[in-house]
Amino acid sequence: MNALTISRLRSLLSVVCLSLLLVGCATSNRTVNNLPEVPAKHTIAEISDGYVARVEDPWGGFNRSMYKFNYHFDKYAFLPVVRGYEFIMPTVAQQGVSNFFENLGEIRNFYNSVLQGKGGQAMTAFGRFLTNTTIGIGGLFDPATSMGLAQKKEDFGITLNTWGVGRGPYVVLPVLGPNTVRGSTGLLVDGVVRSEMLDNGTGWSNGELNSLTMLDAIDTRHNQPFRYYESGYPFEYEMVRFLYVEKREIDAMK
Amino acid sequence: MKFLRAILLAGLGLLPIVGQAAGDNQGKPNAGANQTILDTAGHYPIPGSYAATILGTPPQLRPDLPKQVDSRRLALEVLPGLSKPEVFFYDEGLHATFAKQDKKAPLIFLIAGTGSNDLAGNLDTMMKAFHQAGFHVVTLPSPTHPNFIISASRSHIPGDQHDDAEDLYAVMEAAMKEVQSEIEVSNFYLAGYSLGGTNAAFVAKLDEQRKRFNFQKVLLINPAVNVYESVKRIEATLDGIPGGPKKIGNFFNSMVEKFTQTYRQGTHTAFDDNFLYSVVTSHELTQEEKGGLIGLSFRINSAGMIFASDVMTNGGYVVPKNRIIGSTDNLDDYFRVSVHLSFLQYFDEYFYPYFQAKRPGLTKAQLIDAQSLKNIENYLKSSTKIGAVTNENDFILSAEERDYLKSLFGDRTKIYPVGGHLGNLAFKDNVAYMLNFFKPAGDK
Repeated sequence: MNALTISRLRSLLSVVCLSLLLVGCATSNRTVNNLPEVPAKHTIAEISDGYVARVEDPWGGFNRSMYKFNYHFDKYAFLPVVRGYEFIMPTVAQQGVSNFFENLGEIRNFYNSVLQGKGGQAMTAFGRFLTNTTIGIGGLFDPATSMGLAQKKEDFGITLNTWGVGRGPYVVLPVLGPNTVRGSTGLLVDGVVRSEMLDNGTGWSNGELNSLTMLDAIDTRHNQPFRYYESGYPFEYEMVRFLYVEKREIDAMK
Repeated sequence: MKFLRAILLAGLGLLPIVGQAAGDNQGKPNAGANQTILDTAGHYPIPGSYAATILGTPPQLRPDLPKQVDSRRLALEVLPGLSKPEVFFYDEGLHATFAKQDKKAPLIFLIAGTGSNDLAGNLDTMMKAFHQAGFHVVTLPSPTHPNFIISASRSHIPGDQHDDAEDLYAVMEAAMKEVQSEIEVSNFYLAGYSLGGTNAAFVAKLDEQRKRFNFQKVLLINPAVNVYESVKRIEATLDGIPGGPKKIGNFFNSMVEKFTQTYRQGTHTAFDDNFLYSVVTSHELTQEEKGGLIGLSFRINSAGMIFASDVMTNGGYVVPKNRIIGSTDNLDDYFRVSVHLSFLQYFDEYFYPYFQAKRPGLTKAQLIDAQSLKNIENYLKSSTKIGAVTNENDFILSAEERDYLKSLFGDRTKIYPVGGHLGNLAFKDNVAYMLNFFKPAGDK
C-alpha cells in the first residue's frame, strides 16, 4: 500500500469522522408547548406478530443521522455536480464513461469470482475485460455483451458472504449510503486493490488518478436513480434498510 | 431492485413507494420478460385477477413510448403559512410532475391511486403516452399520499371525497399558476386511476361550479364506485392468510422466505421480472397468498398515510399526543403499529369521529355513502363528458358496481374481460383507448 493509497483512505476516513461530528443526539423527549404526553390509542403492546420488513439496526441513531446527512450532501453538493456533468457531457460520452468504469470493474468481478470458486464466471469476466479493452477501445464500448458474454457483478462483500462471514450490523455510510459491516469491508478491500492496481499498473500521475476517482464517483451517482426521501413515504428509511439487506443476500445466492 | 415487486408489489395503484425509494424501476421492467406467458393473439395475457394486479403488463405488450420525456417536478406551496413537523423536514411542498409541449396544446391532469405520488409507475406510463400524443401533462399525487396529507390537505385527514376534491382543485390551480407563463393551453382534461379515478369524478363535479378548467373530458380508470366498499374488499384479501390480518408480519416473513428459497433452488439466474412472472403464474403461490400480497402492499401504504395524518393533526392515534418526533428519531414502532391497523379501523376510530365532531348527528352510514359515486350520480348521469374503464375481474368492484358504472356512463364505459385491478393499465390497447377517448370527436 503506497503513500497515495494511504492518503486517499485518509481522506475517506476524514469524511467519515466529520460526518460523525455532525451527527446529532438520539431520540429527543420534547412535546408541543411542553404539554404532557398522552399515550397513543394504538401501541405495540397490542401486537403479537412477526415484524414487517425488519432488520436489526443497533447503530440506528448514527445511521438515521447519516441518512439525513446524505440527503443534504446529495442536494447541495453531489447532485448539482452530477447534473452539471450530465449537462456538459453528450449522452454518448456519458455511456462511454460508464462503460469504461464497468470494464475496470471486470477485474473486481474476476478475482472475486475466483475467490468464490466460480471458474466459468471468472472466465467470462476475463473475456469481457479482454474484449472490451481491445475491440471496445479501452472499455469505452461494450461489444462483449452483444457477443453473449453477460456481465455478472461480484464484489468482496459477496465473497465474504460466500465464505460464511456474517453480515454484521446495518450501516449507512457517509456519501456512499446503505451498507452492512461486511459489505463495507468488501468495499474497502476492493477499493484498495483497485487503487494499488491503478497506481502500479498505469503509470498515471497522482493528478490523473484523482481526476479518475472523481469521475468514477460522478458516474456512479449518475447511474443510481435513488434519491433520498423522494418517495415521501415516512418509513422510507425502514424500507430501504430492509430492501438493501435483502437484495445483498439475494445477490450472493447465485 | 425487483425484489420488492415480488414481495411488496405494485398493484392497486398503490405505487410501490418502497420500490421507488429503493431505486426500483417500477413500471419499467427489463425487456425480455418471460416469453411463455405471451400466448395472446393480441389480448392481455394474464387471466387471474390477483396475478394481473401483481404483475401488471409485460414490457412487450406495452405501447412504444419514449424512454424519457422532458419533465420537471414542481414543489407547490398550497397551504401558505403551514408549519411542518420536524420529522417531515424533507417535505418541500406538494410535488407534481409537469411535462410541456412547445406549442399550444391541451393539458391533462392525471391523479394517482391510493398511497401513490406523482412519480408512480402507472402515472409515468400515462404521462409518456399523453405527452407523445401532444398533451401538456401534470401528474398529481393521491390525496392519500403523505406528501399530499402534509402539504395540500387542509384537514390533513385524507379519504373524504368532497374535501379531497377541494384540495385537489387547489393543487391544480397552484400548478397552473406555476406553469401558465410557459405554456399555452387549448383545453383541459382530467383522468385518474383507482382511487384517483373516483377523485376525478368529484373534481369534475366541483369544476362545474368553479369553472376554472371547464374540463372537456374526464376518464375514470379502474375507479372505486364506493371507496369504503372497495377498501373493505382489499382488506378482505388478508382474511385468507394464516392467522388472519393480525398476523401480517408472519405472513410477510413467510413470503420473503418462499421467494428467496424458490430463487435459490430454481434455475433463474437473476431476481428479476422473469423470475417474478414464473413464480406468480405458476402454482408456487396459492390464491390466498397472492391476495395476501396485495393486502400487504395496501397496508404498507396505508401505514404511511395513517402516520402522516396523525403527526399532522397531533391526533394521538399511533403517536402519543403532544410528542414531537425529531428528524432522525427511530420510527420502527410507529411503522409496526400503523401497518397492523386496517383501513376500517382508521375509518371507525379516526376518520368518522373527526367528521362527526364537525357535523353533529352525522351517522356512519351517511359518511360511507358520501364516499360513493352514487352521492353525485345526478351529475354523473347528466354529464356526457365522463367515461370509465375497468375490468370484468377487477376485485375492488362487485358485479352490481360494474353494472352501475355502465348505467352511469352508457357507451362511454369500457370493460375488459381480464386485467384485475390496474394490471392492464399499460397494455397497448388500453393505452390506445385512453388516448382515443380524449381525441376531439372530429379526429376519431
